[in-house]
This record gives sequence, C-alpha cells and structure tokens, in this order.
Amino acid sequence: MELIQQLVNGISLGSIYALIALGYTMVYGIVRLINFAHGDVFMIGSFVGFYAVTSFHVGFFPALLLAMVSCAILGVCIERIAYKPLRNATRIAVLITAIGVSLLIEYGTIYLRGAQPEAYPSTVLPDKKIEVLGVTVNSQSLLILGVSIVLMILLQFIVHKTKIGKAMRAVSHDAEAARLMGINVDNTISATFAIGSALAGAAGVIFGIYYTKIDPLMGIIPGLKAFVAAVLGGIGIIPGAMVGGLMLGVIESLVSGLGYSLWRDGVAFIILILILIFRPAGLFGKNVREKV
Amino acid sequence: MKKKRLASIFLSLALTAGVMAGCGGEKETSGTSGGSGGGGDTIKIGANLELSGGVASYGQSIAEGLELAFEEINKEGINGKKLKLVKVDNKSDAAEATNGAIKLVSQDKVAAIIGAATSTNTLAQVQVAQDNKVPLITPTGTNPTITNKDGKVNDFVFRTCFIDPFQGTVAAKFAINDLKVKTAAVLIDSSSDYSKGLSAAFKEAFEKEGGKIVAEEAYVAKDTDFRATLTRIKSANPEFIFLPGYYEEVGLIVKQARELGINVPIMGGDGWDSPKLVEIAGKDPLNNTFITNHYSSNDPDQKIQDFVKAFKAKYNKSPDAFSALGYDTAYFLADAIKRAGSTDPEKIKDALAKTKDLALVSGTLTLDKNHDPVKSATILEYKNGQQQFKTKVNP
Repeated sequence: MELIQQLVNGISLGSIYALIALGYTMVYGIVRLINFAHGDVFMIGSFVGFYAVTSFHVGFFPALLLAMVSCAILGVCIERIAYKPLRNATRIAVLITAIGVSLLIEYGTIYLRGAQPEAYPSTVLPDKKIEVLGVTVNSQSLLILGVSIVLMILLQFIVHKTKIGKAMRAVSHDAEAARLMGINVDNTISATFAIGSALAGAAGVIFGIYYTKIDPLMGIIPGLKAFVAAVLGGIGIIPGAMVGGLMLGVIESLVSGLGYSLWRDGVAFIILILILIFRPAGLFGKNVREKV
Repeated sequence: MKKKRLASIFLSLALTAGVMAGCGGEKETSGTSGGSGGGGDTIKIGANLELSGGVASYGQSIAEGLELAFEEINKEGINGKKLKLVKVDNKSDAAEATNGAIKLVSQDKVAAIIGAATSTNTLAQVQVAQDNKVPLITPTGTNPTITNKDGKVNDFVFRTCFIDPFQGTVAAKFAINDLKVKTAAVLIDSSSDYSKGLSAAFKEAFEKEGGKIVAEEAYVAKDTDFRATLTRIKSANPEFIFLPGYYEEVGLIVKQARELGINVPIMGGDGWDSPKLVEIAGKDPLNNTFITNHYSSNDPDQKIQDFVKAFKAKYNKSPDAFSALGYDTAYFLADAIKRAGSTDPEKIKDALAKTKDLALVSGTLTLDKNHDPVKSATILEYKNGQQQFKTKVNP
C-alpha cells in the first residue's frame, strides 16, 4: 500500500516537472537553445496568478489564463530583447545570456517586491481527499495531472496540425531553407517562446495552488529538474518531456520512500549524467549525427 | 582555442587572487581598529539580521523589538549617551551574515553586534566577533555551539534565548507527560544546525523517559514536496511527530501530513513562530500542533502585558517571541553598557558575562558559565490558527 501511495505522490510531483519540461523541450526543439530563464518565467507566472487571485479576487481559470498570457508576452520580450540579437552568435554566448536573463528576472523580482515568500490562498480550488484502497489522492493532484495532459495534447495538435506548427517544424529542420520558402522565421521563433512560456505560466499557478508557498527563487530547482526531465525523455520531443517528467517524479518519490530523502536531488542529477553519457538523445530520441 | 582556455584560466586565477587580497586587507585594518563604537554622544550598535530572504519574518520582528527598546532606552540615555542602531540585511544567508559582520566591525566600528536570528547565520559571524573582539549577542540563535565550541567558551559571544537541548528536552517531557505518547517520529532539516540540535536533545530525553523513536527522516531547506517522506513516516505509525524546522518548510510539511491522513500531534520549536506559518499550512491542519517558545503574548504576567501594550501602540500588532527577544536583547546590552561604564568592547563583554537576575520580558535572565541564559520555556498550542498559552516549563 505504501508503494502505491508513493507512486501517487510521484505522479503528482512529476506532472509539474512535465509541465515545465514541455516548454523547455519546445524551445530547444526549435531554436536549439536551453532557455535557462524558463524556470523564472514559471516563477513570474506563479506571482501573476497569486496577485490576480488576492488583489482582483478572480477564480482559478481566469487566474490561470492571465498568468499564461502574461508569461507568453514576457517570453516573447525575452526572446526579442535578449536572444534575437544573438541569433548568429556562438551557442555558448546564447547560453550564458540565458543564465543572465534568469538571474535578472530572479533578482529583479526581489528588488521589486522583496524576497519574502507568499502563501497562495487555500480558497482558490477545492481541496478534497479521495481515499481509494487506503491510498490518499488529493483532488488537486488529479487536476494537475489532467491539466498537464490536456496541455500536452494541445501542444501536439498545434505542432502537428496547424500552420504555425508546420512552420515551427520547418524552422527546426533548417532555418535558412525555411526562410527561403517564405516562412517568417522570427515570428515563428517568437510564437514558440510565447507558447513555451505560457505553459510555464500555467505550471506556476498550479504549483502555487498545490504547494501553497511561492518565492522569487522558487523557479531554480523545478527549472533544473524539468531540464533533467526534458533530457531524460529526449530534448526537443514533446511526449518525451511528459514521460521524462513523470518518471523523474516517481523516481524521486521512490528514493525518498526508501528512506534516502536527502539523496533525492542527487539522484535526479545522477540520472542526467548517466543519460548524457549513455544515451545523449534521451529515451525517445533518435541518434542523429550532428551536421558539421 | 587552447590559448583562449589558458587565458580564461589565468583570468579566473587573477580574479580569485584579487578577491582574496581584498579580504586580507580588510581584515587587517579591522583588526587594528578593533571597533571602538562610541564616537561623541552616540554608541553605535550593529544589528545583523534577516531582513529579507527565507526567514525574513524573524529578522523583521527582532528589528521591531530592538527599535522599540532603543527608543525607550534613549529617553534616558546610558551614561549620558544615546544608542544608535546600524542595521544590515544578511538576506537569510550565512555568507552574507559574515560579510555583514565584517562591514559592521570595520566600517561602522560598532560597540557590539546584535544578531542574527537563526543559529546558522549567527555561527557565520562568531569568528568575526572573536577575531575583532567585539561582543556578539544573538537574540534567538539557540544552537549550543554558538557560545561554546568543543568545550571552550567563545568569550565574545552571548545570547538572550535558551539553548536547543532545553527546547528539545521540554518537548520530549511534554510529549510523554502531558500528551501521554510512547512512540515518536523525528523529521529534521538536515541543512540546519538548529534543527539537528533540537532533535538530538529530543531523542535523548524522549528515550530516557521511556519513549521509542520509530522513524527518523530528514529534508533540506527549500524542499517543497515532502509527501514521499511523510508516507514513509505514516507507515511507521508514530503517535507523535517532532518537527524542529523553520516555518517555510514546516508549514508545507504540516499541510501535506494532514492531507496524507497523519492526524497525530506534531510539535516543534520557536522556528515555527511566524504569522506566515498559518498562511502556508492553513488553520485546520495546524490544530493539534504544539511549539516550545520563549514567551507568549497571552501570558498574564505584568511585565509581558506592559511590553505588549507598548508594542501595540507603536506597530499596531501583537508582538511575537522574536520581537520580545529583540526587545530583551537591547535591554540586556544596555544593562551591560551601563554597568561597564564605558563603550570599550572588552569591558562590555565582561559586564555581559556577569549578568544576573535581570528581569526581562521573556523571563528572569541569569547567564551560566557558557554564556547561556537560564530561564523558563513556554508551551503554546495552535487552535484555529491562533497560538494559545498552554503551560510554562522551568529549567
């Protein structure tokens, strides 16, 4: 029974990782950039949701929507201001810029509102305990899982069935050729950032409701874990991020459940190292030789 | 490529050397000046507190208590001089606490430092205080090693609160005698000296009184998901959980424990004492939880009620234990400066060490030979999000 409870714990933790990892993986898939500021967009989403709920007294779905829209705008701004001028620069330069943007958002937020944590009001969503065979499932964790799956399906649909999705895939394949075929590469990349950041915003609100406590540095660890999840599933592959996130959550819960709770974060990063050594393309990835 | 790498290694080495040289220089100058503190009619007192960051509410509460006390003390002055508070924010970070202490000693040349709120951030300043011979008083750092390291007393370091073993022992006695439990689980924050100190004392006292520890688990600060660990605790089926942590994590742990159907009493120390705890955990989950604390604003004692009234008049809210201890620390220091008759840090230190039967809000304070106060502890119970005075335990 304890094992099943641990699996349930792991899946609810993993759904949050998955939701953040989706955005990571999308941006990487299209522009080959690990957007380290993604975890901080997640944090901003959480705060937007918090202020929407506490100051304007809106419900869960309006708050979620507002956070998603604000984060989408923020994501596009970050891309336009910080990454676009570096489109033809070395990858390391862009990567370091991403870390810089991440620090800017974190400490900018601390400068604006201080570093003290906030607590999400408990009235946003009903919090019911559901007992099944001695296992306690929280209604909120079901919602998180549900929202993550719906958003993933929506994302798959956008990428594979719509015109903008087709443009994204073309840019991901070969940006130069896509430009020659008349695709507006800049707009496509902006759209990618908008969608990825909106997902992070949604994850932020859900995280706030589920874990109650939010603070300006809350994005760091979930951001890193989501990165591990994205690499685990194969970075750039959407279902991979989902599976990677859930797997990571379950593994972490099982590690804690065996009494090694202090090793939990260590295990997550050991997995990252092992994957990078033995299967750099991730579980779902195909081994593609890099073009020289 | 190779050249570039070499250049970058060289550059980073040069930078590190520069930083180290900077530190060394600063230390030298601060060593010679020694911090005389009292230029003219004011005595500068440094406060190195957690004004922002994870445990900001502790530092802010202490600062409010200090400011109130300084105001009252300055009405009369000490030996014809007034106290001036110089605050630095250590951002709830040990490295920043060390930097802050160095700044207070070398730039502001304070007569004494008050702070920090947590044991970890206080320990980070002990060396600075000892090296520069400036008294350091922590209002709320309860870890024993702050004043006494490996059997040797840190002669410049003092505290206003009781120490960890005492809180842990009181919790164990209360669990066995009042709550009548026989088995307990311990869940500690392994990144905190405070948490480890409390749990060690609790375990020793609980087992000595005939109880049994059935589970011992740990987490680190900033974790947010404790469900896996709590599930493990639940399967060990304890009658009582001892949770000596800080409010940010404790709030989440209590909330998640109740969600998983763990309804046994949970008890912690003064690290729980923050209004944020109720916001994070929620009112219902906090029922059936207890804390040991330094004081309670519901305590009918006259001295306490006078303090509560003055505090309410200034800040329009009820003071928590951190404010009370901050307030007491100011009086503790002022009393020593008065008796020393001088702002010389050495003389202040000697006067502090001789403090005896000083009546303060958080009890009558007498220092033992380890610079640790001997005074009573209060046990509070959470009922619908409110702290209720339960009982007082003497040492």
